[in-house]
Amino acid sequence: MVDLWQGLSQAFWLVVTADAELASIVLRSLRITITALVLACLIALPLAALLAVRRFRMRRTVIAVLNALMGLPPVVVGLVVYVLLSRSGPFGALGLLFTPTAMIIAQMIVITPLIASIAHQSLRDLWHDYHDLLISINVTQGQKIRTLLWDARRALLTAALAGFGRGIGEVGAIMIVGGNIDNVTRVLTTAIALEVGKGEFALALALGFVLIATAVGVNMVIHWLGQTEREGKW
Amino acid sequence: MVSDMFPLRVTGALTRRHGKVLVGPVDLELEGQGTCVVIGPNGAGKTTLLRLLHGIARLHGGRIDWACDTAAARAAQAFVFQRPVMLRRSVGENIAYPILMRGAARAQALTQAKDWAGRVGLEGFFDRPATVLSGGEQQKLAIARALICAPELVFLDEPCASLDGRATREIEEVLTAAQAAGTRLILSTHDMGQARRLASRVVFMLHGRVHETGPAEAFFDNPRTPQARAFLNGDIVE
Repeated sequence: MVDLWQGLSQAFWLVVTADAELASIVLRSLRITITALVLACLIALPLAALLAVRRFRMRRTVIAVLNALMGLPPVVVGLVVYVLLSRSGPFGALGLLFTPTAMIIAQMIVITPLIASIAHQSLRDLWHDYHDLLISINVTQGQKIRTLLWDARRALLTAALAGFGRGIGEVGAIMIVGGNIDNVTRVLTTAIALEVGKGEFALALALGFVLIATAVGVNMVIHWLGQTEREGKW
Repeated sequence: MVSDMFPLRVTGALTRRHGKVLVGPVDLELEGQGTCVVIGPNGAGKTTLLRLLHGIARLHGGRIDWACDTAAARAAQAFVFQRPVMLRRSVGENIAYPILMRGAARAQALTQAKDWAGRVGLEGFFDRPATVLSGGEQQKLAIARALICAPELVFLDEPCASLDGRATREIEEVLTAAQAAGTRLILSTHDMGQARRLASRVVFMLHGRVHETGPAEAFFDNPRTPQARAFLNGDIVE
């Protein structure tokens, strides 16, 4: 209990005194997660829409695999990305291991199935409503996908925020491929792991509270920008 | 407007679901003028026949031949569903949607949509979300959205089902104006008053087949089959 209070007060002072190291870690965490999120959305949302509107063999299998991949163990993802990016791996020449880029790749792999799966649920329901009309109007496959993505944008925002939540709180994969290097690849979650290892529970808790506050803050800003929960909006 | 997609010839058309024949075999020939009203009891196959003709129900047997190329015929048609489908957009964007999808510039499409919103009495709702409209208003929106592309043929599946008399009259006025402008209408209805007001030709369906068809006046004055006579008298037809 004492650790909790100490953590809270330390978090408060870290924020109030605008601690430079904390600021750089928070900004790095946001930069990595938001980049991974944007890239994951670019893959996941069109994929989800395609799975909603297109009928093809093995479609159900693809959806089932996608749903299963929501529970993809981050440590395993980290390990695979590590092997691929290590000097002896196929992409070793790129020199990406222990860089923020490697962390972005790992996070992107972890959150893409999650976003695609949640998005698919919303888009499938919307496609059920729109199917007859869009077939009747004779729109192209691309127009169907664009219509669904636009009209379901607020539901897709929720899918993206779920991906953000998973990404910003992720530690297993990015620890392996990032290495927790000070001022280079240290982010909030890896810093917490480091402080716990050192026995600095209060500081670890302080970083944890900052992490929660950051995630909540980003969610609130996105909801405000997206004008969700306002009258007459979907 | 004299259409080049008519006459429409339907020969032995049939559609199935889960192996069971829903509609057919249907033989029918429709000319390019006036309004054709499809009537019949629940489950007779009115909606499925309309969907089959429009191409959104799969044809499992027989032929549906338009006078022109099928793709060109499809492009010149629109469909108004019994339960109007509202896109999660404003009224204006809903009405403009078909012409936007055909490549119209957004500003031009919205100007045209505003004109159509005025014609169906929705000008005051133009910027409001379509989903908050009442049932009658949603149906008027769906009709405006169907007519904005100036189709040669519009299918309407019970467009006034569960609407009150005033909303029905307003929708019939829009349909009559479209008909006067040369748009061919094929609509299904349960409302015999509406059928009498709008029809120039009647198709009476029973058990998934066209049971009787002919000019509206002759059908209503002197139906040939006992089932059609019973249906017009309000008796239960089985």
